[in-house]
Amino acid sequence: MRVALFVPCFIDSFFPEVGVATLELLERLGCEVVYPFDQTCCGQPMGNSGCETDARAAEALFVRNFADYDYVVSPSGSCVHHVRDHLTAVEQDSTTRKVRASTYELVEFLHDILQVRQFPWAEFPHKVGLHNSCGTLRRLGHAKPSELNVPDWSKPLDLLRGVKGIELVMPQRPDECCGFGGTFCVTEEPVSARMGYDKVRDHSGAGAEYIVSADMSCLMHQKGCAERLSLPLKFIHIAQILNGDQGEMA
Amino acid sequence: MSAVLGKKVGKKSVDHVKISREFIADEPHIAFHDKRLWTLRTLRDGQANAIPEWEELRVLASGIKEHTLTHLADYLEEFERNATANGVTVHWAKDAAEHNRIVHEILATRNVDTLVKSKSMLTEECDMRPYLEARGITVVETDLGERIQQLDDEPPTHIVVPAVHKLATDVAEVFADTIGTDRNNADPHYLAEGMRQDTRPYFLKAGAGMTGANFAIAETGTVVTCTNEGNADLSGNVPPLYIASIGIEKIIPKMEHLGVFIRMLSRSALGSPITQYTSHFRGPRDGGESHYILVDNGRSERLAMDDFWYSLKCIRCGACMNTCPVYRRSGGLSYGGVYAGPIGAIINPTFDLKKYSALPFASTLNGSCTNVCPVKINIHEQIYKWRQIVVEQGEVSFVKKEAMKMAGKVLADPKRYRQWTAGTNKALAGLPRSFLYNPFNAWGKQRELPEPPKQTFHQWYAANRQAKEEDEQ
Ligand code: SF4
Repeated sequence: MRVALFVPCFIDSFFPEVGVATLELLERLGCEVVYPFDQTCCGQPMGNSGCETDARAAEALFVRNFADYDYVVSPSGSCVHHVRDHLTAVEQDSTTRKVRASTYELVEFLHDILQVRQFPWAEFPHKVGLHNSCGTLRRLGHAKPSELNVPDWSKPLDLLRGVKGIELVMPQRPDECCGFGGTFCVTEEPVSARMGYDKVRDHSGAGAEYIVSADMSCLMHQKGCAERLSLPLKFIHIAQILNGDQGEMA
Repeated sequence: MSAVLGKKVGKKSVDHVKISREFIADEPHIAFHDKRLWTLRTLRDGQANAIPEWEELRVLASGIKEHTLTHLADYLEEFERNATANGVTVHWAKDAAEHNRIVHEILATRNVDTLVKSKSMLTEECDMRPYLEARGITVVETDLGERIQQLDDEPPTHIVVPAVHKLATDVAEVFADTIGTDRNNADPHYLAEGMRQDTRPYFLKAGAGMTGANFAIAETGTVVTCTNEGNADLSGNVPPLYIASIGIEKIIPKMEHLGVFIRMLSRSALGSPITQYTSHFRGPRDGGESHYILVDNGRSERLAMDDFWYSLKCIRCGACMNTCPVYRRSGGLSYGGVYAGPIGAIINPTFDLKKYSALPFASTLNGSCTNVCPVKINIHEQIYKWRQIVVEQGEVSFVKKEAMKMAGKVLADPKRYRQWTAGTNKALAGLPRSFLYNPFNAWGKQRELPEPPKQTFHQWYAANRQAKEEDEQ
């Protein structure tokens, strides 16, 4: 199976290890992974801030880069949400439509397409709080949002249960937004930081040593908040755990 | 409360960031506000989960509202016909000014100098109270929360619990200053009793009573109001003259549809199975008079907007506000308009885009509002759309606009983009700078910055994989 890897701009810049873990994990699972070299960004920062027309060229580049693959996989729920639901500045021809439809977030790709549940090489002997980002939770359908009266499900938990030694702990408000929100985190700094503080305090209160998420952007924000509050929390992308990263031993 | 929060926000653009910063700085208030509203949200979940057909009810409610809105003129006429047949005088107001004029005329021609009214967001929207008071008519709010806000000269900050941002001690202060209760007694029962003793005489004295409408039923010409204090019953029935202010979107076709909404309204709003009083006003009592005012005030204009017309489905339950993490941490006054929270962010701009241009950005687009909304309004998608309109209309700062233009150019050009991101030190100063002008000023205030790694993923790949691929070839 030929899979193109999309490494979003902030992961490229700040969290290369997440890109590496995603690449290695997909390869372990038998995918032939290609990293189109001219990729930059999906256009979300511009789209998210209302400047949709400024996103057009970046979106066009995205479509060009990823037009030739069966699947495009990315370790970032919010970027995949943008591609799938909001990549609308560029012309919606058949190529664009195909790229949008074949773009998957890593967890859903593992869960729904590859349908793996076991990660025999993975062991993570820590107390872990799961952060479902709003984009993955409510837009990509990773898990049951707490607002809806529908049967329960959780794709990230299905995967994490296949990791040895992991202990999951639950915050009191499991799916309250952490306040990252794309450009919101800088344009609405006071509320954003307060939400982040509340989020990491909630996880910390539940006894989490690590917060894991399929969205590195939320973790970047939460990590910045936890460090400022001097909370002893560590942050890790789900790709790293599934790929066998064992975290720091106590 | 701080001075800024206490003031009514004027005509200039609402600065949501500034006001929320003040709100957040006040730890007891923000902690209470967040917790109180989250409790309502939790209670709401309990109620919603106790009804197996909850999601079906939402679909049904949404369907009924969409059907009504797409046949609105017919149902309004049916409502008018039936109300008139019940002996009610029906008026039509195209805007707030006309609404206020009609109310004043009804009262003035009958020499009414005191009006008791139950809570109505529409009369807030029309700014009716100051209009009448300037013309010598005393207007007394009879809902407890609304009365607190009236006495404190503040607008309601939540559409269901208007004084939710106040601690009991704040209320004790307000009441001590205005109705003479004991400043040092903040017991809620004591305060509620104080307000009751103060307000009751007005019911007997008032020449007219007024309510809003939660629902208006075309088939019967009746108006339905839902309150927990029974104050709409008293306002509507004790005085000889009754006036109902009705937004034209409140119409539902038949009595049989009412149950769908009644089952969801209080469950969504307060997490209680039903409101204490669901009152039906059909016609004037013996010797009395009834007037309905059907108010447009921008609604038909919104009905014509492709992306935004279904915000008219709103039944004003406030669930979207309770669940909104931004509203809970910034308070209702930070929205600077009659409607706060997510619903305010999508309807206030239809009243005045310039004034409310900040509101669509006062959201993380997390979508919780959309999920709790009993009538399935796609609130966060409308917020996303509003952002585009705000930008198109030039209501964003020059800096932000230029930053986005630049970001768009850099991100469309792999070479330039690599120049920005390449290199350890440049990683920090580079890329995020291209998505917003110097964002780390704002980022770093209360958060640590991410540490730039030794190499970007791109560089790692070039060194470890591409080199390998070339070797293998
Ligand atoms: S938008 Fe929906 S959730 Fe919000 S007040 Fe209206 S009906 Fe309630």
